Amino acid sequence: MSNPCPNNPYRLPTGGLIDRSQQRSFVFDGIRYCGYQGDTLASALLANGVHLAGRSFKYHRPRGIYTDGPEEPNALVEMRIGSRQEPNTRATTVELYDGLIARSQNRFPSLSFDMMAVNQLASPGLVAGFYYKTFMWPKKGWLFYEWFIRKAAGLGTPTLAADPDLYEKAHAHCDVLVVGGGPAGLAAALSAGRAGLRVILCDERADFGGSLRYDERMIDGRPALDWAGKALGEISAMPDVTVLRRTTAYGVYDGNTVGLVERVSDHVPTPAPFQVRQRMWTVRAQKIILATGAIERPLVFPNNDKPGVMLASAARSYTRQYGVKLGEKGAVFTTNDDGYRAALAMREADMPVTVIDPRPDTGSAIPDLARKAGVEILNGHVVTSVSGRLRVREVVAMESDGKTHKGTQKRISADVVAVSGGWTPTLHLASHAGAKAVWDEEMSCFLPDLAKCRADMSVAGSVNGTNTLSGAIQEGYEAGAIAARSFGKTMPDPIAVDVVDPAEAPAQVVWRVKAAKGQPSKAFVDFQNDATDKDIEIANREGFVSVEHMKRYTTLGMATDQGKLSNVNGLALLAEARGASIPEVGTTTFRPPYTPVAMGSFAGRHKGRALKPTRRTPMHHWHEAEGAVFVEAGLWMRAQYYPRPGEDVHASMRREVRMTRASVGMCDVSTLGKIDLQGPDAAEFLNKVYSNGFKTLQIGKARYGLMLREDGIVYDDGTTSRLGENHYLITTTTGHAVQVMSHLEYCAQVEFPDLNVQLTSVTDHWAAMSIAGPKSSDTLAAAITGVDFSNEGLPFMGVVDGTVGDIPVRVFRISFSGDLAYEVQTPAGYGLAVWEALMAAGAPHDITPYGTEALNIMRIEKGFITHSEIDGNRTPADLGLGKMASTKKSYIGHKLLSREGIVATDRPTLIGLRPVDGKAKIRAGAILVKDPDTAKQADMEGHVTSQCYSPTFGEPIALALLKNGPDRIGETIWAHFPLYNSSVQCEVMPAIRFDPDGRKVKGEPENA
Amino acid sequence: MIRIVCPHCGLRDQTEFLYGGDATVSRPADDAPLDAWNDYVYTRENPRGLHIELWQHTAGCREWIKVLRDVTTHEIVATGVMTDDLEKVREKAQAEAGQ
Repeated sequence: MSNPCPNNPYRLPTGGLIDRSQQRSFVFDGIRYCGYQGDTLASALLANGVHLAGRSFKYHRPRGIYTDGPEEPNALVEMRIGSRQEPNTRATTVELYDGLIARSQNRFPSLSFDMMAVNQLASPGLVAGFYYKTFMWPKKGWLFYEWFIRKAAGLGTPTLAADPDLYEKAHAHCDVLVVGGGPAGLAAALSAGRAGLRVILCDERADFGGSLRYDERMIDGRPALDWAGKALGEISAMPDVTVLRRTTAYGVYDGNTVGLVERVSDHVPTPAPFQVRQRMWTVRAQKIILATGAIERPLVFPNNDKPGVMLASAARSYTRQYGVKLGEKGAVFTTNDDGYRAALAMREADMPVTVIDPRPDTGSAIPDLARKAGVEILNGHVVTSVSGRLRVREVVAMESDGKTHKGTQKRISADVVAVSGGWTPTLHLASHAGAKAVWDEEMSCFLPDLAKCRADMSVAGSVNGTNTLSGAIQEGYEAGAIAARSFGKTMPDPIAVDVVDPAEAPAQVVWRVKAAKGQPSKAFVDFQNDATDKDIEIANREGFVSVEHMKRYTTLGMATDQGKLSNVNGLALLAEARGASIPEVGTTTFRPPYTPVAMGSFAGRHKGRALKPTRRTPMHHWHEAEGAVFVEAGLWMRAQYYPRPGEDVHASMRREVRMTRASVGMCDVSTLGKIDLQGPDAAEFLNKVYSNGFKTLQIGKARYGLMLREDGIVYDDGTTSRLGENHYLITTTTGHAVQVMSHLEYCAQVEFPDLNVQLTSVTDHWAAMSIAGPKSSDTLAAAITGVDFSNEGLPFMGVVDGTVGDIPVRVFRISFSGDLAYEVQTPAGYGLAVWEALMAAGAPHDITPYGTEALNIMRIEKGFITHSEIDGNRTPADLGLGKMASTKKSYIGHKLLSREGIVATDRPTLIGLRPVDGKAKIRAGAILVKDPDTAKQADMEGHVTSQCYSPTFGEPIALALLKNGPDRIGETIWAHFPLYNSSVQCEVMPAIRFDPDGRKVKGEPENA
Repeated sequence: MIRIVCPHCGLRDQTEFLYGGDATVSRPADDAPLDAWNDYVYTRENPRGLHIELWQHTAGCREWIKVLRDVTTHEIVATGVMTDDLEKVREKAQAEAGQ
């Protein structure tokens, strides 16, 4: 039932594919308008008589709706409000919904009166290269100018609020991906589907059909769109075919991977609950068939950017697809027969139409039809200018051969001017995959040459230069059939379509119409960047003769439309200026994305906490309940400290250290990397990958090991325990667990394949906790049965099995704090139970949980290293571990350890530092210099690697790497931190400050 | 996205793999001169075209494999297990490309 919009003066009473029973109310620049379901924002504006849609980028010239598709350069609007505000959206691709709100851009205070349009008066100076030349003086002036220029330039503004919508990613495999749902694409999907292939068919628009949606011809005696509907119906019913509408193939990548973005909810006010806004598809296609069509080419003539001037195909589409009457009187400026179809469409809308055609009367079919329909035709003429302020009012035509004009200026009244300079195949996606764009002189366009294309791709239809309707359908159908054959399928029966493709007379190439005497001269090649034919001449004159240089100097072909309209005209004019041919000038390379893609689609669900997976230890929730503050360590969440009421981070971590050193503390170390090594050659393997010897390690014993890179630099460290004859457990640092696993697998599989070993990562399989402090053995003895915790029963570096109740545990007597300490491991599922049992057993000793801060303090006090010291530049000797680099065996890194730079005696070596005043904080990263006042990079003698306040010694302490460090104990040196310009005078100390003789870990009496 | 045929698992995405460098260098003997070791650790040929590379199928079988890849196009020409000799495949592919 019809429900006509009020005030739709330019809506034809009938016709079009809009649903006239469904009104859609929308607001543009604060004014409420009415359109219909099936409109785009652009078509609805045109139906309301609104042609003025934006201001241009540089000169702020009024601009109208120029196209009917994603190539739109002018009608860029700011969509929606609040957190969903989106700038630079093409009004030609926005589907109208009820309550849509959009604003024009780049104007102040209003679209019809824009103050920045004064730029037009200055325009002789604002040509290509203006900014480069003008604002370079004085040298620092740019910083000042930039603020104003940024304010004046640019188009829309994005919202600063967080994106409230959901995005998701989908992955798909198919035999054939057909890109484009016009006649060729539908035919390709039809034949591939009929042959039983798995097909994905996508089209960027809401509805399929492409040019058939506004083609006036009949197929098989029925309107062209009926054929498309029938084909789509058959395709959609096939079991192995996926049809994706509103889906743009934006890029072709390696391995026949194609990126698609599906706009799931952009055509409704807000996504339905739990529905995504957009879905990003990664399609791994065996074959790709491009049926992406072609984009009509504008003509370059003075004032060709006035609102009301548009592509001939857009004029056809708006009239026939959306039932829009584009104006009161139409003109068509065309160099080919196809442009006359716009005249026919406007005649259908009862508009008087004049065609201006530089060719003499061709006598061909379509112009003939137009003449019969009452179109006035001016052969041998060109449009030398149009006039009108916010809308074209008049067309000025002159007799011309395309180059020189003669006779008088004819003024033709027209408020809409459809232009056609021929067609440019949309070969972007082929170009992404390495296909060359080859100039076809006869057709005056670039065609895709797939010889060097890296993708398994074919092209069909007008993207391949096949511009007849029957040809496009046949070619598409054949592309699908060829794909079917390559998969060994039975070829489908050939398709027969009955369609009239009238013979067309040759087109005439008109790259530019020069201005007539006394007429305005500004002729735009790239509307979006305000690049004119003059700019190209300037670029050429100033030596920017390469097409890549010209692009960057004039900005032609940049921004959201990426030169979809301007590319070929720009190249042709550059060729003309250079006196070269178009193939000699060449073309720029198209790169993804084909049209802009929202960042949110690339992120998908991977944002906030979901950016990366989060790893939690089995005891995580206990720490949480205890009020622990967590810190990220790679993907892991580790308890950093456990503040008690009133404690800040410093108070908390110092208390944890004091309680541990005084009695007992426990730390969750489940995050350490754990690798299970088994096999008859396991001992020999360890001997190869560690710099120290492992062959003498007894069953039930652990040993600290140092792993080097092949260049002799320390890679990682950790303890390795021998659990059985051929069974070892390797531990790695938390941060390098993943890399060490790959490294060991590399050693086993690539370097030492003769060694019979098996490696399994068991990091997640075992919960681990470190129990440290003088009461640690008492605590464990109360909880663990089957283990003799006397110094003789479980000596330092001993490993033994026991149980906590019925739970199996493994006890390692190792220490990372310098105190008497143990590590207890249990299968991950028992982690919490064992942790709680040990906490209960430690309660009489006032046990404290301690976090990574306290862990770090205690290891600095003890001079133990972490990846702050193992920074990828240190040899074992640099870290005071020279004795661990065996000279008696062959291992990874042993050979290059003997290089001269590596064995130099003045290398920075590990030492400890304390501030001379006993108070000042020594910053990690500070450089060590003799005189901080004249400190230069060259004076640097080392740097601070780790620092903390030591509750044990009551002063700040640090670890550092210092040239000849161990020989300089007792000297003073300055720790200089240039960023804060702070300097602390330090005393050089031994690296090991806490229990230097190691009596505590060994359980020996203090004064033996 | 590059897609790699793991000789053990089949065709998989590049994201499942870890790149491991040049597969054509081999670890010198322990008593080889320092120069040979220096070359092994630091010197790499970087020809235009086909490279035989090490990759590890980290998100799959965790095996290190050999991959013959054209570094100008990302085309994966062949893959094999560590004991496979891809040198002949490379020579053949190069000869074909030269024709």
